[in-house]
Amino acid sequence: MAKEGLGLEITELRLGLPGGDSSASKKRVFSEIDGGENGSSTERNNKNAVVGWPPVCSYRKKKTSSKMYVKVSMDGAPFLRKIDLAMHKDYSHLAFALDNLFASYGIDAENCEQVPIYEDKDGDWMLVGDVPWEMFIESCKRLRIMKRSDAKGFGLQPKGSLKGFIEGVKN
Amino acid sequence: MNYFPDEVIEHIFEYVGSHRDRNALSLVCRSWYRIERCTREKVFIGNCYSITPERLIQRFPSLKSLTLKGKPHFADFSLVPHGWGGFVYPWIEALAKGKVGLEELRLKRMVVSDESLELLSRAFPNFKSLVLVSCEEFTTDGLAAIAANCKRLRELDLQENEVDDHKGQWLSCFPDSCTSLVSLNFACLKGEINTGVLERLVARSPNLKSLRLNRSVPLDALQRIVARAPQLVDLGVGSLVHDPAMETFAKLMTTMNKCKSITSLSGFLEVTPRCLTAMYPILPKLTSLNLSYAAGIPGSDLIKLIRHCKKLQRLWIMDSIGDKGLGVVANTCKELQELRVFPSDNIGQHAAVTEKGLVAISMGCPKLHSLLYFCHQMTNAALITVAKNCPNFIRFRLAILDATKPDPDTNQPLDEGFGAIVQSCRRLRRLSLSGQLTDKVFLYIGMYAEQLEMLSIAFAGESDKGMLYVLNGCKKLRKLEIRDCPFGNTALLTDVGKYETMRSLWMSSCEVTVGACKVLAMKMPRLNVEIFNENEPADCEPDDVQKVEKMYLYRTLAGKRKDAPEYVWTL
Repeated sequence: MAKEGLGLEITELRLGLPGGDSSASKKRVFSEIDGGENGSSTERNNKNAVVGWPPVCSYRKKKTSSKMYVKVSMDGAPFLRKIDLAMHKDYSHLAFALDNLFASYGIDAENCEQVPIYEDKDGDWMLVGDVPWEMFIESCKRLRIMKRSDAKGFGLQPKGSLKGFIEGVKN
Repeated sequence: MNYFPDEVIEHIFEYVGSHRDRNALSLVCRSWYRIERCTREKVFIGNCYSITPERLIQRFPSLKSLTLKGKPHFADFSLVPHGWGGFVYPWIEALAKGKVGLEELRLKRMVVSDESLELLSRAFPNFKSLVLVSCEEFTTDGLAAIAANCKRLRELDLQENEVDDHKGQWLSCFPDSCTSLVSLNFACLKGEINTGVLERLVARSPNLKSLRLNRSVPLDALQRIVARAPQLVDLGVGSLVHDPAMETFAKLMTTMNKCKSITSLSGFLEVTPRCLTAMYPILPKLTSLNLSYAAGIPGSDLIKLIRHCKKLQRLWIMDSIGDKGLGVVANTCKELQELRVFPSDNIGQHAAVTEKGLVAISMGCPKLHSLLYFCHQMTNAALITVAKNCPNFIRFRLAILDATKPDPDTNQPLDEGFGAIVQSCRRLRRLSLSGQLTDKVFLYIGMYAEQLEMLSIAFAGESDKGMLYVLNGCKKLRKLEIRDCPFGNTALLTDVGKYETMRSLWMSSCEVTVGACKVLAMKMPRLNVEIFNENEPADCEPDDVQKVEKMYLYRTLAGKRKDAPEYVWTL
């Protein structure tokens, strides 16, 4: 690719043979393959990522992959669920996911005020939202969506939906 | 030299250890060939299919130590389908039949069945040392056989193997009479072990210098075990998780204080960062630190740790350390020779390491000669600076996570940067490229990389010229592995004789056709040209014009192998 405007190519220090060149048209572009180019013979797994890149050996991949599945219980729900914390970027994402998770139980997430708490590595139950997201996902072992009525007397302001609650605590 | 009696020459040869030197000796004349082969005890075979075990035993009757490598390197990245080969059983069987006095066996990327471990444990009464790296198929049952039957076992070193845990008590199979252990590494085992048994084993192994545990050993057991082995030189901590009983933790610190000889530390597969303070007493003496599996240690704690490691020569770490952390490494670890930075799963993190970290290292660590660096981006300017600061690179492997990313500052390919590396580092033996690259980088490599033995290329180049520059220029090339590059038949066939000077060539997702591979196989009978035919039914002859998905060729004296699976066509 030619540099813009200044014509400094001639002063550019280079190794090797003189003579210019431009980037050739015939190139295998990783991003094209990665994005699902037709007719590419490169292997792709289900998620459309390129097999074997980055070149981390499979043993290491397994040991350091950060699937962070934790149990989620919601007061009133007949059974627990599991979510992968690694799939979410921040607290809002998590709140959305939790809302969706339990929506099918007919629990009205909007009106029924809920307090999300989590059990940390020390075994203590903590309020979701106090610490930075990265710290949270490192220490969270399980989640519980508590009914506000159980949290009475702790001076928590009513915050409406679960999402609103989390946002409120964060801010 | 021919006027000396054989015994004198034999004695002189005893001082010659390295495989290359030994190989050179054997080429001088007939009598040296004869003397050398009768006295050789250690043999290294880089490709288990290059020769038959019978021929090996015939030539080297005094064989005591054998190293074998099986699958091609790209098998590590899931590019070689299951069942390709690399079975060790036929080798062990032949060695047993040939009554070889085997004492040491080191295997890499081989298929090791329990049956072969069982045979190994029974057939060689002097067997002392088993090292398995990236192997598969064996279970804890096989390990039990080794423990039970190898009366003189000194070393059992399992690195990064996929091992099935059969819930047996393999550790208990070491008899009470076994007191010869020097090295025990079972960090890759997934299952539980009996810590009491381990403790007693350690207690009766006064020569134990290297111990690497797996995840299942809790903190209190770790403390008791290390307390029994204050002479340890190399420790792998499986798990260092907070123990609510502070007393145990304090005990561990005291125990670590008594370990005056530990120079190598690794593991921390599970860790509570604040427990790392227990390790602080040994940090100042460390020459080797491997935290590349310690996903649980945040960057800030890594940095705190590193500040104490002034004598470090080898550091393997995750990119959570960040560019800033690498700056701390550069300021602290002035003796650093080898650095590997591995990618962590970047959840919620910004680019962890970039060219900035590498430049800082190059400025602070002039002795650096081996590098493996996974990063988000790289610039030509940075590579040029690194090349200037560190002309001593022997191994330089760069893996940019976006494989064809250009220099983000200039939008140029990284040809000039890598060109600077090969021009400056005259002793470079191994090189792995990534980023956007044209044919020009290969021109530079062919021109300057005179000592290059292994080259790994992915998503690079523009035409056959690229590959030809390398094949023509790199006289010492032994292993070439290429994936997803536009290199085709002309590149493959221009200099077919070259491949007999090399160990192997791998090409996948390139432009090479079946027909060209057939031509190559016909011209070069001492090469095995294998193409992998995963998608077609086994009896379907591929068309000559069809592109080859995966090709692996290697020189061999053993002819076409008989254990290839259905999807492998040896042409």
